[in-house]
Amino acid sequence: MKKISKLLMTSVLFAGVLAGCASGNETTGGSEGDTIKVGANLELSGAVASYGEGIKEGIDLAIEEINAAGGVDGKELEVVPVDNKSEGSEATNAAIKLVNQDKVTAIIGSATSGNTKAQTQIADEGKTILITPSGTADDLTLGTDGNVIDYVFRTSFIDSFQGKVAANFATELGIKNAAIYADNASDYAKGLAKSFKETFEAAGGKVVAEESYIADDTDFRSTLTNLKSAEPEFIFIPGYYEEVGLIVKQARELGIDVPLMGADGWDSPTLVELAGAENLNNTYITNHYSSGDPDETIQKFVEAFSKKYDGAKPDAFNALGYDSVYLLVDAMDRAGTTTDKEKIKDALAETKDLSLITGKITIDELHNPTKSATVLEYKDGEQVFKSKVNP
Amino acid sequence: MEWIQQLINGISLGSIYALIALGYTMVYGIIKLINFAHGDVFMIGAFVGFYAIAGWGLGFFPALLLAMAVCAVFGVLIERIAYKRLRNATRIAALITAIGVSLLIEYGFIYVRGAQAAAYPDVLANKKYDLFGIQVSSQSLLILVVSIVLMIILHFVVHRTKIGKAMRAVSHDMEAAQLMGINVNTTISATFAIGSALAGAAGVFFGVYYTKIEPLMGVIPGVKAFVAAVLGGIGIIPGAMVGGLVLGVVETIVSALGFSQWRDAAAFIILILILLFRPSGIFGKNAREKV
Repeated sequence: MKKISKLLMTSVLFAGVLAGCASGNETTGGSEGDTIKVGANLELSGAVASYGEGIKEGIDLAIEEINAAGGVDGKELEVVPVDNKSEGSEATNAAIKLVNQDKVTAIIGSATSGNTKAQTQIADEGKTILITPSGTADDLTLGTDGNVIDYVFRTSFIDSFQGKVAANFATELGIKNAAIYADNASDYAKGLAKSFKETFEAAGGKVVAEESYIADDTDFRSTLTNLKSAEPEFIFIPGYYEEVGLIVKQARELGIDVPLMGADGWDSPTLVELAGAENLNNTYITNHYSSGDPDETIQKFVEAFSKKYDGAKPDAFNALGYDSVYLLVDAMDRAGTTTDKEKIKDALAETKDLSLITGKITIDELHNPTKSATVLEYKDGEQVFKSKVNP
Repeated sequence: MEWIQQLINGISLGSIYALIALGYTMVYGIIKLINFAHGDVFMIGAFVGFYAIAGWGLGFFPALLLAMAVCAVFGVLIERIAYKRLRNATRIAALITAIGVSLLIEYGFIYVRGAQAAAYPDVLANKKYDLFGIQVSSQSLLILVVSIVLMIILHFVVHRTKIGKAMRAVSHDMEAAQLMGINVNTTISATFAIGSALAGAAGVFFGVYYTKIEPLMGVIPGVKAFVAAVLGGIGIIPGAMVGGLVLGVVETIVSALGFSQWRDAAAFIILILILLFRPSGIFGKNAREKV
C-alpha cells in the first residue's frame, strides 16, 4: 500500500511539472517605470484562442497609436498580457496575478463571458478596473446580489440585444418555424437562446425544436438528424466557432439547407476553415461591426490595421480590443488622472456619446454600452454587410 | 428512414473507435499493460496526416500510409524507451508510466506547437448520395471500407504469418514462447508497431471526417476506445472491432433519442455494467488464472 501511494504521489508531482512546462511562456511583471500598466487577461491559447489573439492585436494597435501621439498625460501605456488558456480557473489566476503582482491600473479581458465572470470579483476586491471587450452575457456586470459591480465595464452590447436582433431578422425573412441548437454549458449561448425564443415567439413564430450540445464535442450528426426531422425553416445556433464550424459542415452534409444564424461567437477565420466556404452560404450572424461598413472612421481604422498586420482585415474582436483601450483612455482624460482608479471608474460610468469603431457608446447605469448591432451574411467565406440595427 | 441514417452515423463513429481499440487490446493481450498513451498516438497520427496533406500536398492515401508508418515507429519508440525496462516491474508501475507518457506527449506537443485547433483540409471530394431520403457521404463510406480492409489485413497478419503466430504464442505464455526460441522483444515491438499504425490511421480518418484536430483530441476517443476494448473482451482482437462498433451505435442512439447530453455518460455506464456483470467482455471466456 505504501509503495502504491508513493507511486501515486510521484506521478502527481510529475504531472505538475509537465503542467508547469506548458505555462512557462507567460510574461512576468515589468519594472515600476513611469508607464500606465494595462493588463490583458486573454485567451491566447486553447479553444477560443482566435478571440484572444484578435483582441490583443486591437489593443496593441490602439496603444501604439496613443503612445505615438504622446501617451496619456505624458505617460506611455504598457500592456501586460497573460494567457488564460481559454479556461475559467486560469482566468482567475491571471487576474490575481495582474491585480496583486503587476498592480495594473485596469484589466482588459477576457474575450468570453465565462472567463470574464471568473475574475469580476477579484478585480472589484482589488479595486482594479475590468473592461471586457466582448463578454456579452447580460449579468456580467452584476454581482451575486444583483447590484452593479463598481469596477466592471464592457465595450460590447449584451446577449439579450443580440438575440432580439436575430429573432427580428428571422421574422423579416418570413420564417414561421425555427429551431435552436445551443451550447449547453456557456452562459453566452443560453442567454442568446432565451432572448431569441422570447422575441421570436412574441412576433408570432414557433420554435419547433430545441437541442443542445456539449462544448468540445465533434460529432453532431445524430442530433442534427433529429433537428432535420422537425423540419425547421431556420436554425439559430448560438455558440463558439470551434463547434459551430463543425455543426454547419455536418448540417449541410446531412442535407439541411435552411438558413442558419448565429452571433458574434461565430466571428473567426477558423470558422470558415472548419465549415468550408460553400457550406457557410445562406448563414447570417449578428456582430459588433463590419469592416465593409462604408463609415469613414471605420475605413480609417481598417487601413491602419492592415498596415500594421500585413494587409489583414480587422474582425470584430480586433475592433473591440481597440475600442476598449480608447474607452479607458477617454475616461482617464475626463477624470484628469492616470493613477486614481476610483476617479477613472467614476468617469467610465459617465461615458456619453463616445464615437468608437463599433458604434457610438453611452454607458448606462448597469455599465453596459448602448450601441448598434450589425447583421452580416457569409458569401463564399466572406462576411458581407447586410444591415445595421439600432437599439 | 431517419433510423437508418442514424445507424450510418453510428457505424462511422464506431469504426474509428474500433481501430483505436484494436491497439489497446493487442498491447494488453501481449504484455498485460493498458497503454494510456495510445490515444495520443492517435493524435500524432492525425497531425502527421494533417501536415502531409496541408504542408506537402500529399493525397489521402499517401498521407494515410505516412501517418501509419510514423505512428508505428513512434509506438515502438514509446515501448523501447518507457515500457521495456518495466516489463518485470509491478503492473501499477507500468500503468502509471503509461499515464505519464500520455501527459508527456500531450503537453510536450502543446509546448512545441501550441494548443490551438487546426482544420483538416478537404482532401476527399465529399459527395452526398441520396438513397431514398438518406444522406450518405462518400467520406463515411470510404472510412468504413478502409477500416474493414485494415481489419482484414490485421486478421491475416495475426493468423497467417510467422510474426502473428509469435504474437499469439507470446500472449499465451511469454516464458514458454521464449524457451521455444521466439524473440520476445521483436514480437512485442511488432505488436506496438501494428497497434500504433492502426491508431494513426484512425487519426487521419478522424481528421477527415470531423475536420477539427487539436493536441488533446486523443483523450476522449482514447478512453472511449478503452471502453470498447473492455466491452468486446480486452485482449481479444474481434472483440475490439465489435466493441467499437457497438459503442459507436449506442452513443448515436442515445443522442438520437434526445439525450445528447448523456452520450458520454452512456459509454461509461456501459463500462461499469460490463465490469460488474461480465468482466471478461462479450467475447471473453472465463479464462483460468495462471498460477
